[in-house]
Amino acid sequence: MHLRSYLQIAGLWIRAAWQYPTSFVLLAVGNGLITALDFVGLWIMFAHLEDLAGFALHEVALLYGSASLALAVADTAIGSVERIGSYIRTGRLDQMMTKPVPLLVQVCADQFTLRRLGRLTQAAVVFGWACTYVDWTPTRVLVAVSMLVSGGLLFFGLFVGFSCVQFWTTDATEFANAFTYGGATVTQYPLTIFPREVIVGLTFVIPVAFVNWYPCLYLLGRSDPTGMPEAFQFASPVAGVLTMAAALLVWRSGVRHYTSTGS
Amino acid sequence: MLHVAIATRAFRRYSTYRAATLAGIFTNSVFGVIYSYAYLALWDANPTAGGYDAQDAVTYVWLGQALLMTVALWGGGTTDDLAERIRTGDVAIDLYRPVGLVGWYLASDLGRAAYHLLTRGVGPTLIGFAVFHISLPSSPLTALAFAVSLVLAVVVSFAVRFLVASTAFWLLDQSGVKVMSGAFAIFFSGMMLPLVLFPGWLGTLAQALPWASYVQVPADVWLGKHTGADLVTALGFQLGWAIALLAACQGVLRLATRKVVVQGG
Repeated sequence: MHLRSYLQIAGLWIRAAWQYPTSFVLLAVGNGLITALDFVGLWIMFAHLEDLAGFALHEVALLYGSASLALAVADTAIGSVERIGSYIRTGRLDQMMTKPVPLLVQVCADQFTLRRLGRLTQAAVVFGWACTYVDWTPTRVLVAVSMLVSGGLLFFGLFVGFSCVQFWTTDATEFANAFTYGGATVTQYPLTIFPREVIVGLTFVIPVAFVNWYPCLYLLGRSDPTGMPEAFQFASPVAGVLTMAAALLVWRSGVRHYTSTGS
Repeated sequence: MLHVAIATRAFRRYSTYRAATLAGIFTNSVFGVIYSYAYLALWDANPTAGGYDAQDAVTYVWLGQALLMTVALWGGGTTDDLAERIRTGDVAIDLYRPVGLVGWYLASDLGRAAYHLLTRGVGPTLIGFAVFHISLPSSPLTALAFAVSLVLAVVVSFAVRFLVASTAFWLLDQSGVKVMSGAFAIFFSGMMLPLVLFPGWLGTLAQALPWASYVQVPADVWLGKHTGADLVTALGFQLGWAIALLAACQGVLRLATRKVVVQGG
């Protein structure tokens, strides 16, 4: 039922954006370009390397594609939650509170934009290419599907959870970027390039290692170079659901704390 | 004098958002740490890639993070105000003021850059120095040359952003062009990967485009890769692009003025 309100609001914004077709197309192409050039950067890196910390280009591409895909899905669906600080400043949040649709649904659907389709397409192409190198079995297909869904949920949680900081300091928008876009950047690389403490942090504190690192190890049939339990390679859904639950709790306490700007 | 006053006020305007600044320094530093480890892995596998050593590479990462906002790599800065004023038509008032539009916005962008340098430039640099022991300029002359190179970097970037904002005269909305221009700036400035790593013709092309002035040239000056006549050439490269692009700004403005008159204000 909430999904229907979400889709209705999102549809309105798409129709609004389509009123400027040139901008709409340029934005989609531009966003695709950013990620495409990003991958060209990775490719240039490999012109100087045989492998990165023991991982070949197609293996890094699998990590890159899956992380990018998860981020793109979450960002497209609920990326607007980043702007909550400006809704508080301008008083729009008060307006939304008076409407008969849950606040989180409204905030996420607000200014919905399809321009991130560019990133989505590019990520899908890289992921698809890397998948041709994977030796598929029925379990691996299952792990791959659960990886993408859980990755999306994890980024969903990070976007919502860290955007809530803005309930306390309205102009600290960029703080969340360190975890959302930062999380996506970290997971583009084999985690073995980081010191062990960082990997532990990325597993237990900000669990982005579950977005792609552990499941990809299974898809590639590699043993964990850092010696973490093998069960982690199947634990992505748990990490996804936990992150999302934590984020919803933070959201609730943020909304409770909110007392409007009063002007 | 007028332009100094404009710059000071722009500086103050940006300094109001303290929490945003702190959040930004934090985010730049997180990315600095991530890229440092990525580059260390690269230079560990190939210790002389692009003529840098691991120390140069890590220093380069933190300089990039420091320059990201100072040079406004993603676009934006004070030229966003211009684009908005073009969209609403308020620019008509700006155009009959007895002050040049390019000079006005350049002054205010330099004020913005000064603020971002002191906060989002110095912040990550200090953290990079404390955590990754990045190199500092080896002599006062190098430091001075870096300062000159940095100012030229901001001017070149300003001119490009001014041109992007001017597209609003024709398209009404700069956002599409801005995203495209930001994507090219990140890639061809050396922000994403040092241009010295780019192979063959792509490397030659990237080193010749104006975007090289944003990160690659100032970073090489800081690292002491340019000395003597070579240093003069590097700064001359930036100066050349600055002059050419500012001239282009004036030209575009003249064309656009005609258009505003045609619209009837």
